Amino acid sequence: MNAKLKKLADRALLGLCVLLLVSPAISVFLWMLSLAFKNDVDNLAYPPVFIPHPPTFNNFKVVFASGPFFQYLINSLVVSGCATLTALLVGVPAGYGIARMKARKLMMTILIARMTPAISFLIPLFTLFQLLGLTGTLTAVVITHLVITVPITVYIVAGYFETLPHELEEAAYVDGCSPWQRFRYIALPLARPGITVAAILAFIFSWNNFIFGAVLAGRETRTLPVAIYNVLTFEQIAWGPLAAAALLVTLPVLLLTLFIQKEIVGGLTAGGVKGG
Amino acid sequence: MSLRKTSPFLWFILPAVLVITAVIVFPWAFTLWMSLFEWKIGHKAVFAGLGNYTELMGNRRFLESVAHTLIFTALAVAAPLVLGTAAALVFNQKFFMRGFLRGAFVLPMMATPVAIALIWTMMFHPQQGVLNYLLSLLGVGPSEWVYSPRLAIACLVMVDVWQWTPLVMLIVLGGLASLPADPFEAAHMEGASRWQTLRYVTLPLLMPFIMVAAVVRLIDALKTFDTIYVITQGGPGTASETINLYLYLQAFSFYQIGKASAVVVVFFVLVVALSYLLFWLREKSKYYE
Repeated sequence: MNAKLKKLADRALLGLCVLLLVSPAISVFLWMLSLAFKNDVDNLAYPPVFIPHPPTFNNFKVVFASGPFFQYLINSLVVSGCATLTALLVGVPAGYGIARMKARKLMMTILIARMTPAISFLIPLFTLFQLLGLTGTLTAVVITHLVITVPITVYIVAGYFETLPHELEEAAYVDGCSPWQRFRYIALPLARPGITVAAILAFIFSWNNFIFGAVLAGRETRTLPVAIYNVLTFEQIAWGPLAAAALLVTLPVLLLTLFIQKEIVGGLTAGGVKGG
Repeated sequence: MSLRKTSPFLWFILPAVLVITAVIVFPWAFTLWMSLFEWKIGHKAVFAGLGNYTELMGNRRFLESVAHTLIFTALAVAAPLVLGTAAALVFNQKFFMRGFLRGAFVLPMMATPVAIALIWTMMFHPQQGVLNYLLSLLGVGPSEWVYSPRLAIACLVMVDVWQWTPLVMLIVLGGLASLPADPFEAAHMEGASRWQTLRYVTLPLLMPFIMVAAVVRLIDALKTFDTIYVITQGGPGTASETINLYLYLQAFSFYQIGKASAVVVVFFVLVVALSYLLFWLREKSKYYE
């Protein structure tokens, strides 16, 4: 009986700990939801109104009316999409090469790149783009986003290739397969889970990036995080639309994280990686 | 012979080497070169030798930004290490919906930084902010939060801790999963209490992972930009201006490319030096264990 009671107390304590950990994490997002679906009067009320009553979509209408939001959405998709695809194209073979020939110097470069603040890449690239007349174009933004996506991809994919068993490739080698065939028909299909995680993380960190777009993008080539900061903060200070825009930008990432949390957690733990 | 053997793999890494050279190595070299010039965008670059560096060493605003960065970093490394390790110990247990709740706990670090920074800015608002309302429920008077020069850095640390504790948790949790079972069985046989097991078995074994988390956190804390830029822009005044914010201002508000490049170089030296310091401390502490 006493042991049972102790076990029950343990469970209760554990539950309390989980509650204490998770509630601050999600309460900010719940507050974001609340702000996004309340009207302006309720958003500025004191004491604050917590549950939107009735919920309004007006804030979202304001967001879409305030600027070419779809254009920004497309910009973001193009920038993160191109940067991620390029990273996969060069990063997946590189990851394989690194795993098979232990290219320490390249790995070191990537680690040091991880230590360097994003702005330090921006100053030279910005100067270069000025000379080339590329500032304000999507091309310039895509190129800078490679600073985020390539290292993440190489790092995660190389780690994944290293965990793959060598026996299959050795058998293929004995049968006369070229390195390219071994990569294309044996290693690549096996590494698909690792590549997927790398692609998702690269895309998310590129999607979240603010500073490259903030410095390099023009009025028409802004990405979403830049757009919500520039358009909405300066042209209007209403909280509802601001929260609605913030929600629109970050909701896809949040849902993705919750749905495939197992894969994302695995990828993040592998390298403690983070973009920018 | 060995060259022949490895050369096919060189073709695999060549494209990545080219890209990395273009967007990472070239900027490093160019920055180092630019830092030697008195150069404002649109003007001619004039060779200045180490002039930019000597000027920085006597620049009060820059030195203050270094101090702000060090304070911010110390707090934003220490707090997540403690909380993240505790969180990892909790998430290492088995409980209902653990996967989903772990996903929820990780959300702050995956969310778009600008978006959450905007929400925190609204929460910090002295009149209508929800944080002051929550304080009033506890019977505490309203705070100025980020609008107070004294509290600005502390508030930014709070946001950073909220955002990045999950990363420490993930690294330490990965460590917990890889620990051998024997020491725990031995501790159990010897009749160690749960606290003793934690203090004398779990934590020492986790130390390498906590150190990795510390280095990762150190680098990220030094680099923090988005949240500070959105929430305070280094203000009020320059009360929360970190090196990164100062750098941004020099480069993209004043277009002082040469001077900003010198700041980058100093900043980079600082990042490497502090990372080494952490490793050194770790090595040193090993002898006393």
